[in-house]
Amino acid sequence: MNKKASLGQRLCAAPHILWSAIFIVVPLLMVVYYAFTDASGAFSLEGIRRLSDYTTTFLRSLWFGIIATIICLVIAYPLAYVISQLKVKSQAVTIMLVMVPMWMNFLLRTYSWMTLLEDSGVINNILGKLGIGPFHMINTGGAVILGMVYNFLPYMILPIYTVMTKLDHSLIEAAQDLGANKLRVIRDVVMPSTRSGVISGITMVFVPSVSTFYISQKLGGGSFSLIGDVIEMQFQVSNNFNFGASLSFVLMILILICIAVMNRFGEKDENGGVII
Amino acid sequence: MFKKLASVFMSIALLMVCVTPLYASAAGQKASEDLRGTELNVYNWGEYISDGSEGTLNVNAEFEKETGIKVNYTTFDSNENMYNKIKGGGANYDIVVPSDYMIERMINEGLLEKIDMSNIPNYKNIMPQYKNLYFDPANEYSVPYNVGMVGMIYNTKMVKGTPDSWNLMWDKDYAGQILMFNNSRDAFGITQCLLGIDLNTNDSEDWHRAYDKLKEQKPLVQSYVMDDVYNKMEGGEAAVAAYYAGDYLTMHDNNPDLAFVYPKEGTNIFVDSLCIPASCQNKRGAELYINYLLREDIALANAEYLCYATPNQAVLDNPDYSLKDEKILYPDAQDMPKTQYYHNLPPQTLMLMTSLWDNLKIEGNNDDKSIYIGLASFVAIVAAYSIYRAVRKKRRESMY
Repeated sequence: MNKKASLGQRLCAAPHILWSAIFIVVPLLMVVYYAFTDASGAFSLEGIRRLSDYTTTFLRSLWFGIIATIICLVIAYPLAYVISQLKVKSQAVTIMLVMVPMWMNFLLRTYSWMTLLEDSGVINNILGKLGIGPFHMINTGGAVILGMVYNFLPYMILPIYTVMTKLDHSLIEAAQDLGANKLRVIRDVVMPSTRSGVISGITMVFVPSVSTFYISQKLGGGSFSLIGDVIEMQFQVSNNFNFGASLSFVLMILILICIAVMNRFGEKDENGGVII
Repeated sequence: MFKKLASVFMSIALLMVCVTPLYASAAGQKASEDLRGTELNVYNWGEYISDGSEGTLNVNAEFEKETGIKVNYTTFDSNENMYNKIKGGGANYDIVVPSDYMIERMINEGLLEKIDMSNIPNYKNIMPQYKNLYFDPANEYSVPYNVGMVGMIYNTKMVKGTPDSWNLMWDKDYAGQILMFNNSRDAFGITQCLLGIDLNTNDSEDWHRAYDKLKEQKPLVQSYVMDDVYNKMEGGEAAVAAYYAGDYLTMHDNNPDLAFVYPKEGTNIFVDSLCIPASCQNKRGAELYINYLLREDIALANAEYLCYATPNQAVLDNPDYSLKDEKILYPDAQDMPKTQYYHNLPPQTLMLMTSLWDNLKIEGNNDDKSIYIGLASFVAIVAAYSIYRAVRKKRRESMY
């Protein structure tokens, strides 16, 4: 790896570097520039000062993101384990089933949850026929979290499943030979060796959950505004790019901190690499 | 002999019937012949043109067929969204459809191009009361497309009696069944009507009073909506909503339990007009398109499809127009509600309004405490776990 890259390698990497520079680095610099200027382009900390008004919104976003991530993890981990233990053919089918919802547009999937959860919606109609309910589900925090879990669950299942399939069965057998019971095998063998998958899964669920705005608008009815809603509003309605950029900037830093904390838990892992 | 003569007459008559429309359309085509093959970027409100569904006329496809100009049609859902896109300069449009106050603002900021009215002969169809309006006193920049008023839609199965006041939207009996506008101008507009404040006030005191009233309403609101209102009202999900009169007629077709009222406190009237942005690339094509939309048959198709009030006299005079007697669109003089136009607000007032609106949308959720407790306990668990790990690591190291 430390070997100097050949000309060919560098040429192959060039388009990617150019792409990243134009579409990742430059926009990031623009966000930083807007975050610390005012409408006239002069240096200003006004945007950063106003952030304190939105503390609760920031915290709510983090909190919802954390809950959604934990629920995803609790559902996805056993599921991925079970799938990885299936026959190869059934594995392909099951993974396919996990992926199928992702073929549909994200906005449509969220919108259809609205129809399902409404007071006179599909679920309450069916429950009503059975003589239960109705339950008030839409426009609650729970509905928002449900939307996040539903939409981002595949991003948790897939990386965990990938590391599970690579799991070395001789390790499990060795542990069993040495007298470990099932629980012990899972705790001391399976869990440590699948940690890298878990961490990339958490990242891939947590980051979009914290920054989402569509889900909270449609399923939260506007009364559970997340930080993504505030940012969207600055750009779409208020035409205040500077404050929107300040919010995005701080959100990025918050997410980076969260990921850094999480990576500490993965640092003993020999696979090491974590996709951010 | 007589038979022969008759057949000659007949064929002449037939010829005339065939030739006349050909001749007429040839004149229109001549002007556009060199525009054939060009493109026209149209930026309109969502659900705001007859699109060929359910056997209606597909206005854009028809235009393409007649002129050979390709129409790229995209939509927006609020004046502010559209403004930001034009202002940002990222996109080139040849036609936009802003409302009155936004036209005033865009003219002031030089975002609109003057229209050459000599290219729009059908402008004669526009009723005189929709000409020379405050935002375009000399009719240089805009051609009226639709007219509408804001009113209250309610479900007669859920609302008792016949309401006549905006107060219904603040009625605690309907808590959780109220749908409010998800755009600042209209939401404040309703509140200002209720409080008897001028819609275009520059007094910050007035705006704060309206804000307090909106804050009072927030706990009762089921959700803040725009186009979602169709689904929710048609499905009986909410009892009352404020929305545009034309859209009510569409909803009523799908749910006959719905009713509509112009509240007695007054309401907002708006005119959405066809304009050409300054960044336009195909001005002659755009003028051709505007003229085409004003043509009687096309305007009629749109008026039937959209159910908005038309500013087009030719449509109103057309015997085929089915909504002519619809009192919601064309109230009798004595039933006409008090109406006010929105004007463009000066930057300071605009800033105040948007920041008040931000605050309204963001603050005031009563589950704040649980968030703090939840987050704090989560941080505590994470901290405890990392300490446990560190201790365990040390102990293991000392073991070997």
